[in-house]
Amino acid sequence: MAVTETRSFEALTLGLGGEIFAIDANSVHEILDIVPQTEVPGAPPLVSHLINVRGKVVPLADLRIRFGMDRTPPTIDTRIVVVEIELDEEPTVVGLLADKVHEVTSISGASIEDTPDIGMRWNPDLIKGIGKRGDDFIVIPDIVRIFTTH
Amino acid sequence: MTGGDPGQIFREEAAELLADLEAALLHLEQNPTDREPLDTAFRALHTIKGSGSMFGFEAAASFTHHLESAFDRMRKGELTATPAMIGIALAAKDHIRILIDDPARADISAGDRILARLAEQSVSAAMSAPLRQEHDDAEGPATWRVRFRLAPDALERGTNPLLLLDELRGLGDAEIVALTDDVPPLEELEPTRCHIAWEVILTTTHPRSTIEDVFIFVIDETELTIDPVSVPVSAPVPTMASDQPAPPMPAAPDAVPHAKPSPPSKVDAGPEKGKAQAASNSIRVPAERLDDLMDQVGELVIAHARLKQLISDSVDLQIKSVTEEIERLSNGLRDITMGIRMVPVESLFGRFRRLVRDLSQELGKDVVLTMSGEETELDKTMIERLNDPLVHIIRNSLDHGLEPATERVAAGKPPQGRIHLSARHAGTRVLMTIRDDGRGLDRDRIRAKAEEQDLIPPGAKLSDAELFQLIFHPGFSTARTLTSVSGRGIGMDVVKRTVDGLRGTIDVSSTPGVGTEITLGLPLTLAIIDGLLVRVGQGRYVIPLFAVEECVELPPDVERRHASRNFLNIRGALVPFLRLRDSFGVRHPPDLYQKVVIISSGDKRVGLVVDQVLGDHQTVIKSMSKLHADVANFSGATILGDGSVALILDIAQIVAAGQIQEQRREAS
Repeated sequence: MAVTETRSFEALTLGLGGEIFAIDANSVHEILDIVPQTEVPGAPPLVSHLINVRGKVVPLADLRIRFGMDRTPPTIDTRIVVVEIELDEEPTVVGLLADKVHEVTSISGASIEDTPDIGMRWNPDLIKGIGKRGDDFIVIPDIVRIFTTH
Repeated sequence: MTGGDPGQIFREEAAELLADLEAALLHLEQNPTDREPLDTAFRALHTIKGSGSMFGFEAAASFTHHLESAFDRMRKGELTATPAMIGIALAAKDHIRILIDDPARADISAGDRILARLAEQSVSAAMSAPLRQEHDDAEGPATWRVRFRLAPDALERGTNPLLLLDELRGLGDAEIVALTDDVPPLEELEPTRCHIAWEVILTTTHPRSTIEDVFIFVIDETELTIDPVSVPVSAPVPTMASDQPAPPMPAAPDAVPHAKPSPPSKVDAGPEKGKAQAASNSIRVPAERLDDLMDQVGELVIAHARLKQLISDSVDLQIKSVTEEIERLSNGLRDITMGIRMVPVESLFGRFRRLVRDLSQELGKDVVLTMSGEETELDKTMIERLNDPLVHIIRNSLDHGLEPATERVAAGKPPQGRIHLSARHAGTRVLMTIRDDGRGLDRDRIRAKAEEQDLIPPGAKLSDAELFQLIFHPGFSTARTLTSVSGRGIGMDVVKRTVDGLRGTIDVSSTPGVGTEITLGLPLTLAIIDGLLVRVGQGRYVIPLFAVEECVELPPDVERRHASRNFLNIRGALVPFLRLRDSFGVRHPPDLYQKVVIISSGDKRVGLVVDQVLGDHQTVIKSMSKLHADVANFSGATILGDGSVALILDIAQIVAAGQIQEQRREAS
């Protein structure tokens, strides 16, 4: 089930398949322009490519695959957000493909609502909650689950 | 991160000392009369005790104290180093290790039992010991003139002369005079150096060796003379004048403390000095720092490759010459860095002396372990990871390979079994061989077992090498009875996996009745490999060069018979080949002339069809993240000159895939 995330946090908001996603700004290492990507034959579609981030080989994840979004070709706004997540208690650096990076903003806990069980296009397990900023809804994805569940 | 924890520093130091201790004990067991291992063992114990209590490892220190006392008595000849004594000492060493590494886990009663056995042995061993020392002691008090001058940097190294003097005082009546002749004028005086020498007139019942023992830890750097003073002097001796170039004269015990002493003799600055110098020139560095250094150098190599590619079109000769200069420097830096990480395999082989000793006792087999090529160097990480696989192999040799003495004699072999470890360089690889002169692998049993487990079809034709590879299959063990040593069916598959993980190879050869030989082929380092860069579709891949045998063109007639018969005729031998474009699901149309890279693993060969061979490429290996742990065919990744990522092929997996194809052919 979706976990309720009620505390406030600093978030980096990014555009993905027409939605706005918020990820914990503390986990973000850097934001890169699009770089050459190397396909890994036989890898799961979510992490089908590798990139070079300052001499480190880092998997590049396309979250749109997990949310069933169209994979549109990269545009001038496309960025790679390099984040560090804990996988099996091991810090792992992953690049996340984003259609556009918006801003760093603070999302107050009060504005975050539980993920509705129905009326959602996506698997609710992959989402921690829905935040609101002005009239916009912001999706707070559960990055670790996105990588650990299949 | 661990650098700041003194406890951790002690643990590391103790681990080395315990290894020295073990080596000395095993040496002593072979040569019970040798003095040197006895001294080494004693020094190691003394240091563990001293540093242990300094860093709060009280239990370890007090336990070690008992063992140290026993060794002290052995050095004095009061005890002999009997095999039983060595056995106890080895057990005690293991107990000390636990006390230091994990005091909470230590079994106090086990420690007490060891001490009880030690005490028991001390009594019986003492009776058989020669009594020559008694004679020394019986002489009654003697007077010695002890002069010593510490190395100038002794204070910086933590030597405290006051403690040495206190220890001398503890031996008997001591009169101590400081020799200040070498103290320079104030403006030249370096306060951190030791400019003072000492003369001690000591009247004691202890023998000369006890006085020498006071200096045991500083003996290499210290000028020390110990002369007997013929008559126990008690008469006052006149004070010498300062400017008098007097020869060393018997100074009286009651000489006035501020007397100007005679100039210290320098005759004893022997060849030991050079040795001490060499020892102090090495430093201890945490392994992680070397890893970081290697990472940085790796980045430098990659950055340079990019630079080289960028300026390849440039006509600016100055920039080109600077780039070449950087290439020379970064290559040099890479070689040196890799060299730093190299350690002789002796540090690995040495550990197995104990293993073989203990196992041969447990199994009641007389086994001798011999070694050659211990000086061959390998990456330190590799040495650490090879420990477990080698333990498994050696255990198997002892347990299954070597026959009991009676069986050996019946077969016309010497009763004592032999295991030989050797290491040598072969190109860019190191070959490590474990050879025994036992009964050899039982082909029929392996075959029967493999058929029983459905690993091979009944009656399948297999070469010896193929048959022997089956022993590395998980769950495969031909041991009829389980022993505590081996036969649980785990082990050899672990060996295989570990060696594969190191990008190594395993070859087994065995002759019935003569013995078995297992050879591990290992890369020199884990960090860098020489690879062949190839292109498949639009992707570029690195094939480890050690596995590449040759490159040939794919004959057009083979090309046309697509997918039906994937075999090449290489000088009469049928070699299966894989189209990497099929394996990798490449949709890009193939090049007109396809190339085949023939690779080998063990005695198996497989051809890999690629679009283009781009050339050789020295590359820094980067491991893949957890997210790609399940991906087959690749052992890692690397970064190319243009900054993009290329994948490194996993030879073992790909050859296995090729073999499946061959088996299908044979089945059809």
